[in-house]
Amino acid sequence: MIEIIKNTKIDFLGKRKIAFILSGILSIIGIIAIIQIATGKANLGIDFAGGTAIQFKFEKPIQLHAIRMALEGAGLKDFDLQDLPTENKILIRVKKTEITLGQVSELITNTLNQNFPDNKYVIDSTTEIGPKVGGRLRADAAQAVAVAIIGILIYVAFRFQFKFGVGATIATFHDVLAVLGIFFILGKEINLILITALLTIAGYSLTDTVVVFDRIRENLKMRQKETVEAIMNISINEVLSRTIVTSLTVLFTSFALFFFGGEVLHDFSLAMILGVCVGTYSSVFVASPIVLLWGGKRPFAKKK
Amino acid sequence: MRKNILFRLILIAVTVIIAVIFFLPNTPIFKYMPEWWRQNMPDKGIIFGLDLQGGLHLVFEVEGDKAAEITAARYAAKIKEMLSRKKLNVEAVSSGVQITITPANSQIKKEIEDNFPNLAPVESGSTLVYKLSDKEVQRIKDTAADQALETIRNRIDQFGVSEPTIHRQGANEIVVQLPGVKDPKRAIELIGKTAQLEFKLVDDEAKIAAELPQSVAPGEEEKVIQEFAGRIPEDTEILFEKKVNKETGVIRKIPILLKKQASLTGDLLSDAKVNLDSKYSEPYVSISFNSFGAKVFEELTGANVGKRLAIVLDNTVYSAPVIKDRIAGGNAMIEGRFTMEEAKDLSIVLRAGALPAPLKMLQNVTVGPSLGRDSIEAGKLAGIIGTIAVALFMIFYYKLSGLIADFALLLNIILLLGAMASLNATLTLPGIAGIILAIGMAVDSNVLMFERMRDELRAGKTPRAAVDSGYKKAFWTIFDSHVTTLITAAVLFQFGTGPIKGFAVTLSLGVSINLFTALIGTKSIFDIINTKRELKHLSI
Repeated sequence: MIEIIKNTKIDFLGKRKIAFILSGILSIIGIIAIIQIATGKANLGIDFAGGTAIQFKFEKPIQLHAIRMALEGAGLKDFDLQDLPTENKILIRVKKTEITLGQVSELITNTLNQNFPDNKYVIDSTTEIGPKVGGRLRADAAQAVAVAIIGILIYVAFRFQFKFGVGATIATFHDVLAVLGIFFILGKEINLILITALLTIAGYSLTDTVVVFDRIRENLKMRQKETVEAIMNISINEVLSRTIVTSLTVLFTSFALFFFGGEVLHDFSLAMILGVCVGTYSSVFVASPIVLLWGGKRPFAKKK
Repeated sequence: MRKNILFRLILIAVTVIIAVIFFLPNTPIFKYMPEWWRQNMPDKGIIFGLDLQGGLHLVFEVEGDKAAEITAARYAAKIKEMLSRKKLNVEAVSSGVQITITPANSQIKKEIEDNFPNLAPVESGSTLVYKLSDKEVQRIKDTAADQALETIRNRIDQFGVSEPTIHRQGANEIVVQLPGVKDPKRAIELIGKTAQLEFKLVDDEAKIAAELPQSVAPGEEEKVIQEFAGRIPEDTEILFEKKVNKETGVIRKIPILLKKQASLTGDLLSDAKVNLDSKYSEPYVSISFNSFGAKVFEELTGANVGKRLAIVLDNTVYSAPVIKDRIAGGNAMIEGRFTMEEAKDLSIVLRAGALPAPLKMLQNVTVGPSLGRDSIEAGKLAGIIGTIAVALFMIFYYKLSGLIADFALLLNIILLLGAMASLNATLTLPGIAGIILAIGMAVDSNVLMFERMRDELRAGKTPRAAVDSGYKKAFWTIFDSHVTTLITAAVLFQFGTGPIKGFAVTLSLGVSINLFTALIGTKSIFDIINTKRELKHLSI
């Protein structure tokens, strides 16, 4: 047997103070991020904020600076540029404006045609979102996250016990907050695809937590004499190997997506990588201590 | 025991064959299949979403309020006409959905209320004020959305897009999906044009007409209208004709004073065709009126010889030629320095009819075909590399058992693709990500079992007992963990838009199929090995 982890006896629960401090910080950053998003100060994607994003692929290399000058000359305000120099690709994003949808993209293409007549381009993609749709997508995303969390709470409470449901939900919410917070600090775009990643992370992290809880439930029945804390520690140690192996395989595929999956999925896979790491950490260090904290008495495990 | 295994093996084989049959259309092999196969077997496979094959996803709002305003204006004209037939001369002016009638008396009031039950009284003193009833406004909005949908469908049919999706969303929105369109801008203009064609007489007799500037630069139209507001006769308006200087390319706008009331509108057309001017070989659109329209047109031209008649489309003057003679036969032409494409699109919108209300674009997501192709290639590469990495790791960590897990993984991928193909599911870019993630997560079930088996082996059990109890003990954990993922996938499906729905579909299918492969696939292989001979050593 090749074993990464051999009969470990790590006192995970004993480190809960450090874990709570670390998780507290991560969660606070996440909450700040949510407040910033709600007040519209975060780097919201076009799909949430409304606006125009166009990606051009030029024939010849082109200077970002030159494009910036040209667009400013055309009177365009509040835009940002991103380039992918290896493929001569430029992404122009314009936050929501007073101008009608469609006119911004026309202004941009006209400006490029006039200023760079000998550098032909193709338009890779155009995204124009009116403020109404942006608001609706924002509301939908918030609702989706809320419904997913409630659904998880109900299922885990039904399969285990309310206490466990709370522990699992907090741990899951913590992961979502942490990844959102890290994205916010990195200045990454908060968009629909990130929400997708966050919900996937929620699902993944919950799986991890459920596996741990499952073992705790089993051991609670078998080892009646030991303290709850000891049983939790034993259980976490027992499933540690599985936790790490599965995290590794998901990380493999996430990294494959990150490096080879193309530009569009870049941030998505970054979120997944972060999420898998945070999710693994939280199922070990966050979920069980919360159950312990919540119920001082011996938690009763429902029958299977 | 043996029979049981055989049954499971047959089940696996059959599902794999079915999956392959469904997925075949997505592979190059399908082309080389015999004729009878291609005709009778599934031929659609997985459909690529707009983000992968390129295309447009548009959301428009039908401005139903405008449709209601237009109807109110029409009512005002009708009221005036009806009362004048009864020798009652009144002014009826509409503003928004309100109609104000002066002067007022009880007879006028009665006539209006008898003949227009859809109007609700707002005020009845020295002037009568009515508004369209809320029910009527609602009906107009609803009809407008239906009509707009129908008109857009007609236009797109004539434009020629394969497999467009056009449907209503909510009360007043229309979603249009056009896969594989090469010229997005043209398509958007074609759909969004109101195409309200009107023939209006030019009012050159009013003195103020001579004071209008020769021409102005684009963007200064509003200034001219402001300057002359209140000074032009009440039944006239200023519209502009666009003139492009052929040599310099400079655009100028020429103001023209027109009668507000249209003499003839586009709903009386029977056909519109593109023709080529023989002298300059410039395309123009020739239109024919239906019999009623032809009669109106003949009377109109006959009564106004020597005057100018403006052809107005969506409040822009295309041309304003002088009527030289009475025109019978009901044919006319629209010139306007068109390119061939512009002329063709104009003829399409005229044939398909005007939209009942203007459209406002709410959302436009356009993906070019090259980006989609790049995404598919990148997705394939990432998928292959991810799968190989996971497979190698499993063999490295779990030895022969890992190989069995890899077999289950392969089974998983085949069945997932087959299931998607059988549902004709739409694969989107996030969907590809979903498949790749599902690959990483798929081995989890096996990892859970293998770890259990290791526990059992450590506890001193025989390999066969270890396999059996490993499965039994891991089952509920696997079940619980899959259900939680399905919950989030279901939520994503419920709330997501197109691409995200695609992600939810692949993720949930991947997870469900994983239950099958883990519980039936790998278990069968262990059982086969175990029934052949009692294992002394388990390679795990």
